[in-house]
Amino acid sequence: MEAKLEEKYDIMDVSLIAGKIMLENGAETYRVEDTMMRIAQSYGIRDSHSFVTPTGIMFSIETDEPTKTKLMRISNRTTDLYKVSAVNAISRRISAGELTTVQAYRELKAIQKAPMFFPFWIHILAAASTSGCFVILLKGSFDNVLPAMIAGGLAYFIVLKVANIVPTVFFSEFIAALVGGAAAYLFYRMGFGGDLDRIIIGTLIPLVPGLLITNAVRDLMAGHFISGLAKGAEALLTALAIGTGIAVIMTLI
Amino acid sequence: MTILTNMLFSFLAAASFGIMYNVPKKLLIKCGTVGMAGWMAYYFLSENNVDPLASTVGASFTIAVIGHVYARLYKTPVIIFTIAGIIPLVPGGTAYRAMRAFVQNDYGNAMSLAAKAFMISGSIALGLILSDVFYQLLIRKKVPVGK
Repeated sequence: MEAKLEEKYDIMDVSLIAGKIMLENGAETYRVEDTMMRIAQSYGIRDSHSFVTPTGIMFSIETDEPTKTKLMRISNRTTDLYKVSAVNAISRRISAGELTTVQAYRELKAIQKAPMFFPFWIHILAAASTSGCFVILLKGSFDNVLPAMIAGGLAYFIVLKVANIVPTVFFSEFIAALVGGAAAYLFYRMGFGGDLDRIIIGTLIPLVPGLLITNAVRDLMAGHFISGLAKGAEALLTALAIGTGIAVIMTLI
Repeated sequence: MTILTNMLFSFLAAASFGIMYNVPKKLLIKCGTVGMAGWMAYYFLSENNVDPLASTVGASFTIAVIGHVYARLYKTPVIIFTIAGIIPLVPGGTAYRAMRAFVQNDYGNAMSLAAKAFMISGSIALGLILSDVFYQLLIRKKVPVGK
């Protein structure tokens, strides 16, 4: 009896930790709910309910004993799609019956502790490369690519660094847009790149909340209105923060 | 030549965005191709004088369809492919011009540009929605959910 009770809690913990990792790293709400319920189902829980919002998970399983419910608070969210796909793979293996609860729990813990898939400097390089590519996609000329790359890399560097120092949301995007815009203007004044508009647009592209936009739409479509609206609001405010940052630069010019 | 440049740079842009979001290494090339396909769809439609809104819907539909196919093939969440893909379509330029017009007290222009940016964002969403519906109607029927 005692052992059985513990076993049930193990299933809950596996489901919850899987859900937590997915939600913290940028999965859609419906995928989190679905994964948690599938994990519980594969371990023989016939009835489970999950309620997921961007800031918390509630999960309850029904067994022969009284219903058990647990709540998990999600406080910091980043984007690491590697972890999302890793948890997804584990959930598939659990469904196939390849993992016991203890094994699954250990593997999930390992994923949770894993560092970012790409090191920091590669992120900055990628941001710079995105900025440069956008100048070309927006029909800009090649001499604007390098200033956009430098300013874009700088803006992304700042958004990551400031987010660590100042926990206020949207402030890091504001500062990043401000500094990125200033750098772009400086390059333009120095005669390094002749098309200020395209340099600035390129600079700002790495800051665009692409994940939030996609997830907001997918959540709303799946009927998760709370999550969808919350993510939509977050995306809109991020865009506004970027816009305000660049507006400050433009009023100063 | 322009086509080739556009293909190359949209591929690079989408793949770089994938790196920023920590997409697994082996899926980066696929992310790049999704982004490239979407941007090329947008490019060809808009070069042939199709309305920018319709071009955006077409492009984001293309992205999401390819994303769904890849998600099935490689057994990964579909967002990995769609996120990187839609980035080139985001109306960054229009939003920027709207912001600049606002700052210059040119509210008439600013409002129309902002409305345009908003409509384009809506078109991206519409394309994603259409392809999801399409996917549910056509593909999911053949494979029972859950197995």
